[in-house]
Amino acid sequence: MTSSPTYAIEAKGLVKRFGDKTALHGVDFAVPAGTVTAVLGPNGAGKTTAVRILTTLSSADAGTAKVAGFDVASQGTQVRRRIGLTAQEATVDGLLTGRENLQMLGELHHLGKAEASKRADQLLEDFSLSDSGDRLARDYSGGMRRRLDLAATIVARPEVLFLDEPTTGLDPRARAELWDVLDQLVGRGTTLMLTTQYLEEAERLADDIVVIDHGRVIAQGDSRELKRRVGGDQLQVVVREAAQLEHAAKILGRGANAEVQVDEGSRSATVPTRSGVAALAAVSVALADAGIEVDDLGMRQPTLDEVFLTLTGSPVENAEELQEATR
Amino acid sequence: MSATSIAEPATTDMEPSHDERSRPVHDTWVIAKRGLKHMRRQPEALADATFQPIMFVLLFAYVFGGAIAIPGAEDDPGAYREFLMGGIFAQTLSFGVFGVAMALAADFNNGAMDRFRSLPIARGSVLAGHSLANLIRAAIPIVLMSLTGLIVGWQPRGSFFDTIAAYALMLAFTFAMIWIGVLLASLVRTPEAVQGVAFVAIFPLTFVASTFVPTSTLPGILKTIAEWNPISSVANALRELFNNPGTVVPADAPWPLHHSIAYTLIWTVLIIVITAPLAIRAYQRSIGD
Repeated sequence: MTSSPTYAIEAKGLVKRFGDKTALHGVDFAVPAGTVTAVLGPNGAGKTTAVRILTTLSSADAGTAKVAGFDVASQGTQVRRRIGLTAQEATVDGLLTGRENLQMLGELHHLGKAEASKRADQLLEDFSLSDSGDRLARDYSGGMRRRLDLAATIVARPEVLFLDEPTTGLDPRARAELWDVLDQLVGRGTTLMLTTQYLEEAERLADDIVVIDHGRVIAQGDSRELKRRVGGDQLQVVVREAAQLEHAAKILGRGANAEVQVDEGSRSATVPTRSGVAALAAVSVALADAGIEVDDLGMRQPTLDEVFLTLTGSPVENAEELQEATR
Repeated sequence: MSATSIAEPATTDMEPSHDERSRPVHDTWVIAKRGLKHMRRQPEALADATFQPIMFVLLFAYVFGGAIAIPGAEDDPGAYREFLMGGIFAQTLSFGVFGVAMALAADFNNGAMDRFRSLPIARGSVLAGHSLANLIRAAIPIVLMSLTGLIVGWQPRGSFFDTIAAYALMLAFTFAMIWIGVLLASLVRTPEAVQGVAFVAIFPLTFVASTFVPTSTLPGILKTIAEWNPISSVANALRELFNNPGTVVPADAPWPLHHSIAYTLIWTVLIIVITAPLAIRAYQRSIGD
């Protein structure tokens, strides 16, 4: 390899405009080879636009990007030989069987017929699709389509894998299955960049998280760093009797050095905590001692809304306009 | 170095060997095979190439046939059926616009284009693959209609080479129609819109022509349109090459009627030369950002 540290993805000052809307305002980030980076942001933040530029589907109005060491603007073919892209919408071919989908992509990657067929069998097995390999993909469930889509993406063993919101629209079980598959992939040394709207997903899968909003990178770091900035895990109690909410909030606030958020409607009180399970145990004992009846008590992660609120000072805007402009 | 196996995990034995060559013919064929599989698996989308032409041959041959006299063959009761075949060939070839347009429009809308574009395949192979698949598809109605025609009493009555030339002309015209289809799909982008255009533009155009009736029977402006309509010209050229009735034209008829083969070739070449670059540009714009 030429230089170290080796970055599988390097984006510098990416700008993309659609008419008078600017989708990306100079985005910079770098993904070291063999690591997982999650690009986290709400709808319309520019995540898909960034992925499309890095995968040569779209060209930047300014800035440069290298993927697997090749310039996305001037060395598109070399880049395409080394990447895999799973787009937001599953792009499996419904009129082909699962096996035919993989076989076709193998052939288009010039693996040769026999090798493409072997690879298709292997991938069907790896992704628990062997039993349905000869069914038309249009008859697959959402989770199966996603798995096939992902298998299709890695047919040619890409060095760098891009997944654009890989689990959007999946039920929790299908999502967990897909996460397991991604874990295995990453274990084999593939560099992975995924976009997501879920902090939980970013945290579960990624080494590094790039938070992006309105086309700008607003934070970058591992999930621990980010959550520290947001205030980390939160302790939440839901009481049975609304009358006891105030008392419960007081107990919750005892060990914490932050303000307790009280929501009358849901009879809940929430406070950021850094001591995790220990705080949970202490609060649980204190609530029982005080004779407060509890419907729910637990640790809760900050939501993407809260991360945004903290990082930007403004809640997530539904930037649908911008999203439409990117269509 | 013994530590290598740890420092460089299992990737060494599966290090991708990138085929850096461009293989346009191979890529085109893989995409064409996909297109052909699609056709096999949605027979309903093949109706315009299977059921419809056969139905038209039978309907016109038996329902309208008796009422239409063919100039120069007024006394021959079977003349209309033979006259009809050139027309139905021409009409069905014109509908060839839609096969490729529907297939492309579907790909624009199901993410397939992005998938293909993220692959290291040769430039243009997606378009070429679709075109090739639809050129092969065009053989279906040509064969079916020829067989139906033989059943109702039509025959190629020209020389062997004229017959070959007739079928070659059909393929050439189909190729021109495919480019119109690519242009259409790239402009309107959805299968619904493609079908809309079918009924508004191409369907009437195949009737204001010599497809089903001799142009001499049409009134005023329609007659002029029909005489210059390339679809008439294809029908007339096929009648001439098959030596079927209906090729007798009055001396004062416009040039296309006297030179239907040449006129058809001019149209075919013109359509390809003009439409292909426009279609490629529209296609690239529609798959671009």
